[in-house]
Amino acid sequence: MEADVVAPAGFPILTAITFLPLLGSLVLLPLKSEHHIRWASLAITIATLILALPLLTDFDKSTHHMQFVETHSWIPAWGVDYAVGIDGISVLFVVLAALLNVLNVAVSWRAIDRRVKDFFVALLIMETAMIGVFVSLNLFLFYLFWELMLIPMFLLIGVWGGPNRVYAAVKFLLFTLAGSVLMLIGIIVLFQAGGGTLDLRALAEIRLPTGLQLWLFFAFYAAFAVKVPMFPLHTWLPDAHTEAPTAGSVILAGILLKMGAYGFLRICLPLLPNATRRLIVPMLVLSVAAIVYGAYVTLTQTDVKRLIAYSSVSHMGFVTLGIFTLSTAGLEGGIIQMINHGIVTGALFLCVGIIYERTHSREIEDYGGLSRLAPRFAALFGVFTLAAIGMPGLNTFIGEFLVISSGFATRPIYGVLAIVGVLLGVTYMCWLFYRLVLREAGARVHETVFDLNAREVLLLLPLVFLVILIGVQPGLVLSYMHASVGHLLDQVGAAVP
Amino acid sequence: MIESMVDANGSMWAGVEYLVPELILVGAASLLILLDLLCRKKEVVAFAGIAGCLAALVTGFTLLGSAAPAVVLNGMFVFDGYGSFFKLLFYLTCIMTICMSLRYLRVERVGFGEYYALLLLSTAGMMFMASAGDLIVLFLGLELMTLSSYVLIGIRRDSLRSNEAAIKYFLLGGFSTAFLLYGVALIYGRTGTTQINEVASILALEAEPGDLTVLLPVVFLVVGFGYKIAAAPFHMWAPDVYEGAPTPITAFLSVGPKVAAFAAVGRVFTVGFDTVPELWTRLIMVLAVLSISVGSILALAQTNVKRMLAYSSIAHAGFALLGLIAGGPGGLTSMMVYLAIYGLMNLGAFAVVIALRREGVQGETLSDFEGLAKAHPVTSVLMLIFMFSLVGIPPTAGFVGKFAVFAAVIRAGYTPLAVIGVVFSVVSAFFYLRVVILMYMREPESEEPLSTSLPLNLVLAATVAAIIVLGVYPSPLLDFAQSALTGWEQALPQPVGGPLQENYGLFELLFIYSN
Repeated sequence: MEADVVAPAGFPILTAITFLPLLGSLVLLPLKSEHHIRWASLAITIATLILALPLLTDFDKSTHHMQFVETHSWIPAWGVDYAVGIDGISVLFVVLAALLNVLNVAVSWRAIDRRVKDFFVALLIMETAMIGVFVSLNLFLFYLFWELMLIPMFLLIGVWGGPNRVYAAVKFLLFTLAGSVLMLIGIIVLFQAGGGTLDLRALAEIRLPTGLQLWLFFAFYAAFAVKVPMFPLHTWLPDAHTEAPTAGSVILAGILLKMGAYGFLRICLPLLPNATRRLIVPMLVLSVAAIVYGAYVTLTQTDVKRLIAYSSVSHMGFVTLGIFTLSTAGLEGGIIQMINHGIVTGALFLCVGIIYERTHSREIEDYGGLSRLAPRFAALFGVFTLAAIGMPGLNTFIGEFLVISSGFATRPIYGVLAIVGVLLGVTYMCWLFYRLVLREAGARVHETVFDLNAREVLLLLPLVFLVILIGVQPGLVLSYMHASVGHLLDQVGAAVP
Repeated sequence: MIESMVDANGSMWAGVEYLVPELILVGAASLLILLDLLCRKKEVVAFAGIAGCLAALVTGFTLLGSAAPAVVLNGMFVFDGYGSFFKLLFYLTCIMTICMSLRYLRVERVGFGEYYALLLLSTAGMMFMASAGDLIVLFLGLELMTLSSYVLIGIRRDSLRSNEAAIKYFLLGGFSTAFLLYGVALIYGRTGTTQINEVASILALEAEPGDLTVLLPVVFLVVGFGYKIAAAPFHMWAPDVYEGAPTPITAFLSVGPKVAAFAAVGRVFTVGFDTVPELWTRLIMVLAVLSISVGSILALAQTNVKRMLAYSSIAHAGFALLGLIAGGPGGLTSMMVYLAIYGLMNLGAFAVVIALRREGVQGETLSDFEGLAKAHPVTSVLMLIFMFSLVGIPPTAGFVGKFAVFAAVIRAGYTPLAVIGVVFSVVSAFFYLRVVILMYMREPESEEPLSTSLPLNLVLAATVAAIIVLGVYPSPLLDFAQSALTGWEQALPQPVGGPLQENYGLFELLFIYSN
């Protein structure tokens, strides 16, 4: 390997960020008062975020090499090292995960009133797992973190979720597990074929025979496509998102779905380039299907959370569409779409969660008139709605624009269908906004709804800020990934337009 | 290098010092019976039993540290790392079983001090199985192990279920032993020896591909061992016996005798039949695939936790067999790692079931787990970890075990077996998770205190700590298993010139014994 950029002053920053929440969850264990548990969790997540922010400033944008790398021998018998590091793609997700988890603690402040300690412990373990996936440079470590998420997420949905939570939790777990065990086989085969290493950087140097690559691609596809989720493996998603508590939905939409797409970027593209190029067309077709079908199904939903959940299927279709065009615009569009979707859909789930806390109803029919009853909510929700439909000047626009243009460049039909998805998106989001905010209010809403308090406004404001900042200055985010995306395209061996 | 230890005088007692741990255990068992007569408090007997195990453990490992591997007593007994690895497991199983039994026996009102003596004797039998260099010694060890466990299973004399289980285990145990013995006899007929090493060297010279005279004994041995490890289709006894036996004995059965049989299988097949793998690999494959699938699927339908864990242990036997199929030191290492981890998590899971057995509460049905998380959060977290470990989800040790065997079979070129394995892991996830769902997502029925005790808590703490630590840092276990097999390859073609006459005599003796 070429010399990687080492962490400044030798401080194991990534290890610290990854394991701080896990250690923090241990601190929660002896605490008795629910109040203390909440404050302690908030402190831990904020500390993690503060640790993670310098990554953005210290990051060297000019190189595609992994940065802040730490390597330690771990399981020599299997040639497994503890290796972490970030490049221009993962740095963004580490920070996003750290940020969203602060908001998760804040939004769960009042919403979670039973088994408070268990909840925050699960949430913090989740954070370690999520950040761990993004910083892992070793497939074994990657898999470890990937699966570590299952247990806390299963409990988050199953214990603190909605009425149908057990069904949703089991469905989530079985779908994800079925996908990831096939990935495990893929990892082991890769281990044998790659000469006994599981280091992602070393494996990227090895060119496996195309036949083997195709098999491996299917094995990894099983895991990643379930997580993204790609059509037609998305059916766990509406149930899980809908039944999960607000924080769970935010994690699912904000981070978990991104892991699937991140897996494609980190493993399938660089390690299995021949298979990837061979399978572009089916991948693109499935992506477009997800965009259009997802948006169409979203239109028919009567449940607020379910509606937003289905919209995720459509939005994640843009991500995979961008990735599998294998062009600079597509990849960068896809990645920034992932970030934006994390912010916007996370924010939408937060909004819905906040209002659900008051009404205890997810039925759209029960709502209305929030513009008068809760004007602050209406304003913030309006911003996120506009962001979700890809309004120019707000963040989602740039991602969708890049992806659609790369789709047109690949084959016009992809671009056209993606635009259909955007149009449907405008329809369902505006219609939702009308039904929730603008039309006359029902009795139930009148009795229960009151406007946002300071905590709720505060937790949404950072996201509003990001929506606008990325919207007017997308270069801030894109500049991180240029070098890494360029290198990735070199690895796939595609012509850069 | 393993050397045959026949000293200048040809004394058949040369090298008996390698048996000191076994002798300590047998001696301790005899002492326990005496102690039981002298002392009213059965706890004293139990702790004396633990002390005996610990003494054997310490001597065993001093021996392993100081002495080179050796074949002693005219090839009857093999002292090596492989055997010692399994013996460590047996000591731990025995100690943990005693710890789990203390309170349980009081709840069940079983006041026999012999209980502990029988446990030690059974453990001694398992140790002979792990170290057997001769099929006859293997058989004797197996009999010592199973005869003791028949009594242990039926020790709740007034319980019908317990009696039924004992009878069932006895009949099927005798049946399977007959198969095994038949196999041994046929091997003797084919090769003129019952020593595993000699069988190997004779087969290396004489066996032709697809030799039916070798296949026949192999089939008999596979059937016999198949019963002992409870691999499908020879698993029928397991659920009934596991359900009826006192729960600590169920835990013991699901780990001790099963692992002992694996230790024997490993040595017999990868040493004795090393040169004819085509004869047994496919048979074992059938066993493995059937065990994994039947165990995982039938466990779905169970409402009794002990039955569920019985089927789960059938499935786990299938996973461990994958290591044997992979073959070679690598495959064996993975099998050993898998069994060690399986033992730990199974003992832990049973410890929780034992804690649920209270005065007036059977604590064996799944519904007894309802809402456990609310009333007993710590116990629930432990059970959660055991369940996820049994599924094989990281960062628990269960994942390390699965990774080890899957890596071994894939390296050996049997990727489809690994795929079958992972698919059924997902199926098995469903029933393990049901316990988690009941604990965490239902409201509790009763909030009665659990029947915990310090020894039981120690077992829980030890197993859960081991599962987590080995889950994130498995190197010590992997290295230990690997180093236990150093010299395994060289040891294979090892014609040992022991006098044939003596074996013959023992063999005849055996027939007198079995008649």
